[in-house]
This record gives sequence, structure tokens and C-alpha cells, in this order.
Amino acid sequence: MTETDIIPIICDLLGPYNLESKALAAETDIPAELNIDSVGVLDFIMEVEDHFDIEIPMNVVSETRTVGDLARYVAAQKNKA
Amino acid sequence: MVDLLEKHRAIADRFQRMIDMGVNALGVTNDQMISPTRAIVGGREIILAGTNNYMGITFEPRVIAAGKKALDEFGTGTTGSRIANGSFAMHKELEHSLAKFLGLKHCIVFTTGYQANLGMLSGLAGPKDTIYLDADSHSSIYDGCTLSGAKLVRFRHNDAADLDKRMARDDTEGGRLVVLEGIYSMLGDRAPLADFVALKKKHDFQLLVDDAHSFGVLGPNGRGLGDEAGLEDGVDFVIGTFSKSIGAIGGFGAGNHPLFDTLRYAMRPYMFTASASPASVATSIAALDVLEKEPERRQRLWDNSQRLFDGLRALGLETGTHIVSPVIAVKMPDELTTIAKWNALFEAGVYVNMAVPPGTPNRLCLLRCSVSAAHSFDDIDRIVEIFKKVVAN
Repeated sequence: MTETDIIPIICDLLGPYNLESKALAAETDIPAELNIDSVGVLDFIMEVEDHFDIEIPMNVVSETRTVGDLARYVAAQKNKA
Repeated sequence: MVDLLEKHRAIADRFQRMIDMGVNALGVTNDQMISPTRAIVGGREIILAGTNNYMGITFEPRVIAAGKKALDEFGTGTTGSRIANGSFAMHKELEHSLAKFLGLKHCIVFTTGYQANLGMLSGLAGPKDTIYLDADSHSSIYDGCTLSGAKLVRFRHNDAADLDKRMARDDTEGGRLVVLEGIYSMLGDRAPLADFVALKKKHDFQLLVDDAHSFGVLGPNGRGLGDEAGLEDGVDFVIGTFSKSIGAIGGFGAGNHPLFDTLRYAMRPYMFTASASPASVATSIAALDVLEKEPERRQRLWDNSQRLFDGLRALGLETGTHIVSPVIAVKMPDELTTIAKWNALFEAGVYVNMAVPPGTPNRLCLLRCSVSAAHSFDDIDRIVEIFKKVVAN
């Protein structure tokens, strides 16, 4: 599974959190551009964890700001598995 | 130059919007305290329904006398940490009394409840360990977990099956700590302890319960969630605070582990801060004694909680939990409505807590009440009447 495969899935999962219906891309800064608060980001990450059946520790969340960052992390975890 | 405070501009704008709608709900100042349930604010007498003063013990004469005596005999402060010059005999006495009350072997007292969570969580878990915390955990738990340097895995609120799934995914070789709360501070619901204790048969972990809102409140002996569930043996560590049912300030961690006392030399929030003041410690000792001797306070708290819970739900208001709790949160549709209704309640003479995201789970906006044993039924009925007039209309 590649980052390219993962990015559209992450964008779909972001749907309920994208209250202003902003255009989403690999460069989208999730908390800043979508105006999601800290708890909202953690809730969204849980959805990503469950969808891909991987673990994304909270410690990692602060380092993965963009959709692309998150896709890279997910790809690394999936390919490790 | 980058202005360091500019990043908080959005908070300032949001705060200003609240101020523009009336009173600063986050800065209400009690000019005079008349009783555990009454204050003078801006020249008006207000019914307090958001104090966490569950046992209504803050004006108990025996407790006040103990505080005055401690001030006279031990002075105003300890001027040092517990591992330097700040350990007084009364700190040890409080630890001994708490351990006895809880039926546990060891107890360590902290200067605040917040520090108890910072200290215990960072002392128990380290960088090689994993902490599993409930998604609705209090900020002090999140902060303590972060301070530990452990890997942090968040599980869905009160969902042992979700924790099971996340534990199965994890390949950590270090220790594992699961953190729950007795009563969750925002919605007032409780952790289903039996479900989590049952997971111990499947996964290796140690279990910690933060009984901040349930110490003195839950269980036949008031010892907290484990006491209520009859599962104290399944709980490895208990954390609590003195700023709620004890009516003072401070916190504690307790457990039976033979190395528990070693935590005193491994917890930075314990070692590098001044110990609790003599008056705080003495009042905590006295208040604990009152709690033990007067279980009827706990019954009054539950009777009052049932009355407020029933009264608010009879108005058609949606509460945070479907079972009665001393924390009764009324759900609001959005932040602006919450601010407006909070102001209307305050204007009508009742103070509750205004709770909005991100301090709440699931982006909920809440008018959060907490009940006291010191409320009279007339107080409760008056609170319900005011809710009927200004919130349920």
C-alpha cells in the first residue's frame, strides 16, 4: 500500500471533521487549515487507526500535521506489517 | 520578531465573544462565601451548583478548627519539598489515614490533585512503557502521560472491547498501564470497571483509577469506583484529590505494590515543588475523619443528586449520562446557546459550570452541575425551577 493509495482514504475519513468543506490534498495541514481542535484531531486519528488496523500513538500525532505526513506514517506501518 | 502571544489570537477572539454576551463565565469571582452552597457575587447571593464540593464540608467547624490549629502550631507554609525540609508529621499522618481508609498499604500525598496525576503517571510509566488512556480522560491525565515519555494509546471512552483491540495491536516489550476514571468530570458517567478488570485475564497490564470525582462518593465505604464495583483487588493504583469531597486542596496516589514508596524519588512533580501547607493537610485529615464518621453525608449527596437528575430530565433536558450521578451535565446545542443560557442561569441566581470544546468530549457544549450534600431539597427544587424558566423554555 503506497502513500498515493492512502491519501484519498485519509481525505474521506476527514470528511466529518472538515466542517467548512475545504479542499483536501497531501499538503493540507489538518489541525490548522481545517480548524480542528486537539481533541478532534485525536478522535480523527482513532478513525484512521481503526480503518487501517494500525496503531498511531499520540506521541506521533504531534509530528504528523499534514495529510501527506499521516499517509507516510500509515504506509510505513502497513508495509511493516 | 514573532510575537509569542499572537498564536493565541483566536482564543482571545473567542473569549471576547463570550464577554460581549454578558458575564465572564470563566472568571466568576466569589466576593464572599456564605456556605458551601451560597456565595455573594457582584452584590448578589448566588446558589452554587458547580463547585465539586460533594460533601459540603468546607464550612464544617471541626475541619476549620483543625486548620486554625495547624496554622498556629506549624505556620503558614512548609517552604520546601517533601524530599527536603517540607515533610511534617502531619503529611505522614494524612498518608497513613488515607491508606487505612482505602485499605491499601501505601499512600503518597501531593500538593494538588493535578500534581498527583502528573507525578503518579510519570513515575509509573517511562519511555519504554505504554499507557492506554480513556479518550475522555481529564487534562491532568493527558499531561501526566505526556510527562512520562511513554507511548500513549487512546481508547474509545468506556469501551473495554476497543481497549482489547488496541492492546492486541501493540507489540511493546515494556510495561503497560491502563488509566480509567471513577466518575468522568464532564458527563458524570463511570468506568465499567468489571469489563476492564476482566481484560487482565487476557492481557498483562496494571490498572490505575483516578477517583478524583468518586473518592468519598462511590461505594459502600466511599472509597471510590473499586469499592462500588467490589473490585478493589483488580485496581493496582488509585489517585484522588482533596479539592472535591475533602474540601481542601491536595491529592494522593495509593497502592499495595512493595516498591510504591520508591515513587517518592522518581516523581518530579512530587520532588520539585513545595509540600502542601499545614492548614491544607490538617483540614484534609479532619475532613477524612468526618467522611468516615458521617456516611449519611454520602447518602444526602445521592438523594440530592437523584432529585436534581430527575428534575432536570423531567424538563425534557438531555443529560450527559442516563444514570444518576453527582455530576449532572445538561447538553446544549451549540456554544452561543450555552453562553446565553449560562448567563440567564447566573442572572436568575444559580451558578453552574460552562463547559465547551475542546474541554469536553465529542465537541459537546454543556451546562455542568455538581451536587453537594449541603444542598437542601429546597435548593435543588429552586435550581430545577430556574432551569425550567431559562433553559427549558
